[in-house]
Amino acid sequence: MHAEKESVLTGTHFINGDTACCEGLLAAGAKFAAGYPITPSTEVVERFAQRAPTVGGLFIQMEDELAASITLQGMVWAGQKSFTVTSGPGYSLMMEHIGYAAMTETPCVFVDVQRGGPSTGLPTLPAQGDMMQARFGSHGDYSTISLVPNSPQECFDLSVKALNLAEKFRVPVMFMMDECVGHMTEKVVIPEAEEIEVQPRRRTSKKPDEYLAYEVGEDLVPEMAHAGEGYGLYVTGLTHDKKGYPLMNPKQQRELVTRLFEKISRAADELTIVEADGVEGADVVVVSYGITSRVAMRAVHLAREKGLKVGSLRLICVWPFPEKLIRELAPKVKALIMPELNMGQVVIELERFAAGRTKVISVPHPGGTVHDPLEILEAIERGAQ
Amino acid sequence: MLTELRIAGFGGQGVILAAHIIGNAITLVEKGYATMTQNYGPEARGGAASAALVLSDEPVLYPYLTRPDILIAMSLEAYTRYGPEVKEGGFLLVEEDLVQLDALPQVPKCKIYGIPATRFAEELGKKMVLNVIMVGFFSAITKAVSPEACRAGVEHEVPKRFLDLNVKAFNKGYEYGLELLTHQGERTHPGEEMIPGLELENHTK
Repeated sequence: MHAEKESVLTGTHFINGDTACCEGLLAAGAKFAAGYPITPSTEVVERFAQRAPTVGGLFIQMEDELAASITLQGMVWAGQKSFTVTSGPGYSLMMEHIGYAAMTETPCVFVDVQRGGPSTGLPTLPAQGDMMQARFGSHGDYSTISLVPNSPQECFDLSVKALNLAEKFRVPVMFMMDECVGHMTEKVVIPEAEEIEVQPRRRTSKKPDEYLAYEVGEDLVPEMAHAGEGYGLYVTGLTHDKKGYPLMNPKQQRELVTRLFEKISRAADELTIVEADGVEGADVVVVSYGITSRVAMRAVHLAREKGLKVGSLRLICVWPFPEKLIRELAPKVKALIMPELNMGQVVIELERFAAGRTKVISVPHPGGTVHDPLEILEAIERGAQ
Repeated sequence: MLTELRIAGFGGQGVILAAHIIGNAITLVEKGYATMTQNYGPEARGGAASAALVLSDEPVLYPYLTRPDILIAMSLEAYTRYGPEVKEGGFLLVEEDLVQLDALPQVPKCKIYGIPATRFAEELGKKMVLNVIMVGFFSAITKAVSPEACRAGVEHEVPKRFLDLNVKAFNKGYEYGLELLTHQGERTHPGEEMIPGLELENHTK
């Protein structure tokens, strides 16, 4: 299925990442957003509030982030594609309902434009400190998807993908931007609507009397029915059976939670989304994501000028973590370097899958700005020894 | 080639719009790359406004400025705050009625050009077009972006009903810049390289 023409702002633009993110979600078919605007994410919903009426959509500014993050899920069950947007402090407040979306398999996108933290931290400056929260923030066990763009162009391209993946796997997808990418203005090319693939809602073809809300086929993803269409729907955060009715026992817990993990882990190859540059034959590989990947690339260029064999592996999808790729790469290199705008979060996973078969060097940064490329260069040189 | 540019002034002068015009000109017309960032901090609320552009013929990796090659200072505060960081031999373009060069203990060692942009804007009938006059001046003096591309950038960014006025403003700044170059004898005609050795002169009229 392709994007609807009227939702796509085809053309070449000079716009910021927040705006591009909004355009991507519109192109992917989002018709509804609920939010509680917060710097540095405000421009996303500001734009959506302007654009939504032109495409038959709606934006509601809620009283807080808890309300925003559950309102959007109501809209999903009413049949619309929906998202919300926030930054660190609001993201923390949304955690309860991210778990609810994971449990009820509500397809939606949570955009987090990361800023310096903890707490209110640095409202107008970048960080990547919410990466572990994106993976483990809500209570209980669940598996979801996190995409991390590194430019306004990718804020468009990947937000389309984020909503598509949400619909395909019926999970809340975390769209992990940062202040730098969100507020940065660059060229963004938005293609024709017919060139944009859109994943339609996975609606059931069954009749109401045959339909079971959480019955799954081979890919372990159930098909949806919407409220008001004559289907008996029971949507609950309690552990539930195929009908969606609460069934709270160890057996059902095992069946449900295992499936929530498996529907993602089975698609590991599809969800290994990376950009590799000079990784083959490299002595050292810099693994990075988001805005840090651009600064890391500068360091990689500087290292290559010094004659070092350095590759760059950019994680576009950070969660699920590309386990297989790292397991295979680790024994082939002298070191893996991971700069990130936090005190060392995703590097924990990198170490876990490198499993002692190579050196892993973390280049932490508390945020507020990006790394000095020379800091990363120094780590590359250390790794190459 | 990578050029770092900062445009700074006070709120209401159209600093951000000026940066958008140049960014548009580079990316949409000249098919180059431009990355624009701006200050959002508390300092941006106190009246000071600043935008930074990294211009390049290949994709920009590091998004921020390290040391600007060019500073467009539209207020005294912009000059005193950002003047000292301009690269030696770079360009400093000032709104000459608002910026007193001796406000800094040491005048930056770069090519300095001044224009009474606010006065020109008032003569054109709207003070708010001073930013576009500065863009024209910038295009003439630095040659970092062609005037055709800048005009297209203006067309892209300003509301239609103000387009004529803004094109006039652009031309005013551009022509003044060319005239200044000829007048000072620094360049024999537009487009020719700067004659070295004149960096320390103050070319404000």
